[in-house]
Amino acid sequence: MTAISAAERLRLEKKFPDVFKQSFFKRFGLLIGLVLTVVYLIFCYFFFNVGPAFQNGKWDRAAIYVQDWYSWRAQPRLRFEDGAVVPQWSSRGQYAQGATIDWLTPQADGSMVATFNGDANRLDISTTQVDVYVDGVAYPVTITADGAFAPADVPAAIVQDRQKVLVNYGFAGQAEIRDNQVAVQRRFFGWANFLYDPKSPLWGNDLFSSIGLVFSGDRVNPDMSNAQYVLNQWLNNQAWQHGDILIKLLQTLVMAFVGTLLATLIAFPLAFIAARNITQNRPSNWFMKRFFDFLRSVDMLIWALFFTRGFGPGPIPGIAAIFFTDTGALGKVYAEALENVDDKQREGMQSVGASPLSVNRYGVVPQVLPVFVSQSLYFWESNTRSATVIGAVGAGGIGLKLLESMGTNSDWDKVAYMVLLILLVVFIFDNISNAIRSRLIGPAAH
Amino acid sequence: MADISEPAGLSPASATLLRHYRAQVMTRRVYSILIGLGVLVALALAMNYANAANSGKFFDRLPYMFDFIKNFVPRDPLEIFRAMFDLPSPYFDGSAKYDYTSARVYITDSLYIPNFIYQLIITVNIAIVSTIIGGGIAFCLCFFAATNLVGAGAVRWFMRRTMEVLRAFPEIVIAGLLTAVLSIGPIAAVVAVSLHTIGALGKLFFEVVENADMKPDEGLKSVGATWLERVRYAIVPQVMPNFVSYGLLRLEVNVRASTIIGAVGGGGIGEVFRLSIGRDYAAQTYAIIIMLLVTIIVIDQFSGWLRRRLVGNQGFNIAKESV
Repeated sequence: MTAISAAERLRLEKKFPDVFKQSFFKRFGLLIGLVLTVVYLIFCYFFFNVGPAFQNGKWDRAAIYVQDWYSWRAQPRLRFEDGAVVPQWSSRGQYAQGATIDWLTPQADGSMVATFNGDANRLDISTTQVDVYVDGVAYPVTITADGAFAPADVPAAIVQDRQKVLVNYGFAGQAEIRDNQVAVQRRFFGWANFLYDPKSPLWGNDLFSSIGLVFSGDRVNPDMSNAQYVLNQWLNNQAWQHGDILIKLLQTLVMAFVGTLLATLIAFPLAFIAARNITQNRPSNWFMKRFFDFLRSVDMLIWALFFTRGFGPGPIPGIAAIFFTDTGALGKVYAEALENVDDKQREGMQSVGASPLSVNRYGVVPQVLPVFVSQSLYFWESNTRSATVIGAVGAGGIGLKLLESMGTNSDWDKVAYMVLLILLVVFIFDNISNAIRSRLIGPAAH
Repeated sequence: MADISEPAGLSPASATLLRHYRAQVMTRRVYSILIGLGVLVALALAMNYANAANSGKFFDRLPYMFDFIKNFVPRDPLEIFRAMFDLPSPYFDGSAKYDYTSARVYITDSLYIPNFIYQLIITVNIAIVSTIIGGGIAFCLCFFAATNLVGAGAVRWFMRRTMEVLRAFPEIVIAGLLTAVLSIGPIAAVVAVSLHTIGALGKLFFEVVENADMKPDEGLKSVGATWLERVRYAIVPQVMPNFVSYGLLRLEVNVRASTIIGAVGGGGIGEVFRLSIGRDYAAQTYAIIIMLLVTIIVIDQFSGWLRRRLVGNQGFNIAKESV
């Protein structure tokens, strides 16, 4: 490349002044914007107290909560009673009465063996001494009336905490040895008792044996067919509440469907009043549009809480909230679509002396109907999602169920299950509405 | 329109044509009516189900609804403004219903921000921060999801699925999980809304990128620019106005979202509103409704004005476009 002459440079500078002499804002605008944004974020960091909140966060619990999403824990208390070790299960016990548990085996002498990671990591529990095996090496923990005491040279997995000894086996679980009991927590991948709860006669069947049962000839329960019985036992699973969760999910879907459909039915005629080119009456146009704005701007939350107070919790307030907000939103979209219609078709209808109703029916509706339907489908899709949140503030449905399960802080597996169900439903609905929309207005338009 | 009367003297060919035309119109009508009926039946069934599932039946509860509205009025209209600006109420009898002054947020000894306005500031800030964070991350990710910039199908597929999941993931679950760890506060709301924003904006952004003109990109490619330089100088200047305008649209949605998330544990005005309507504090409830209405209208108008300046009067699908 050869250097250009001074004259050529001057000529270029004169010819393209906007390139060489950019305004201050154009040159530094991006930089200033970025700096301002960063300053604002730093301000918010202090305004929201992010630092202290993170410091005071219960991070050890966070790890447990997240693990609960995809794994479950059995937590028996192994109590020392009259020289024998007796397991005591809480009300959430995941095993049926008298079931054989492969990781917790009672011995003939009244002691018990709890296995964590193979035989190298296990607890041999008797009432006087607990042998803690970590990586194949035994560390005897002596139990006295004063407490449990670990030997001197123990690895980091064993911690003496005043009168008790804590043993940590990582993901596999942990144990707390005291003078009168050993509290064991054993963690496994997957969801416990997803099919049947321990009280069900079918407990212990896995998916394949359940399917086998459905197709087998002899009835488990003489009153009903096996398929019905399996379904019954599954829906009435006390631990997972499949029946209840599915009904709540249905309620959420009904909220979105009815709310959007009613909003569509009401917004449709009102939009004709709001459109300037169709109703030639400025005050009524203006009034209708402000009415839509009002409905839209009052938050869905406000409508939801308002109707929950009036109608009591359930799908009705959810429907009403979606109906009110979306009548406004759809009305506005519809009115805009109506104002953009091609006038030629209306003129054609008018020229043959059609009544105003026929002018709109044949001159306007065929043009806008695909757009209207596709917009409504869009709203239906997004309302399926927002109905969940609306439910959580009191309108019922799966949202409330989610909130309840999260409130207990120990049902995170159920939360994960519901989230998966919601994702699945949203995914299916997205695809259905996408398919209908692309047929209506062509694949390019969405 | 099949209602034209039979014209006399049609040739046999034209008569056949007319007959076929009418038959087709008839079929179409039958299908339309069937679909319409199907939808109506589904609606009736769904409404019936909703009514049965509700804790109070619609027609039984309707009078209560009107009673609630009728009785839910402040003692005098000025009460609303006293509640709004934390001024002492003449009806104050020691109960929290008329106690507006104790919630004041003092900046200095004599200057205070009224509680509701303070909560509203928190909510609006949650919306702005999560739009910035979510928009920023979506901006970085969207180029990897665009067909015209990334050849590897696996990368695109992964990015798009990630965005889809982020979009559909219920916000209350993220908020609830963080509330359990960090206790109630705006951080949970910020994270929940931000994650959703990444998914929603990411999708819109990569669609804009895919529609970008590729000629500047080709020019840069021809002089040997790297991928990053091509994105920076060929794509970003083109798509920026649309990005910003979608970001503003998202801000409008996020203001609403952060109010709702606030009500389920995120703090801010949503929480205050849920409590005040639940406890029947009419004046405070109306004060919050008015303030929220005004805020949302102001933000909508402002962002609408800014968007029109940025990209002209484009037919945007309002608010719901990306929810």
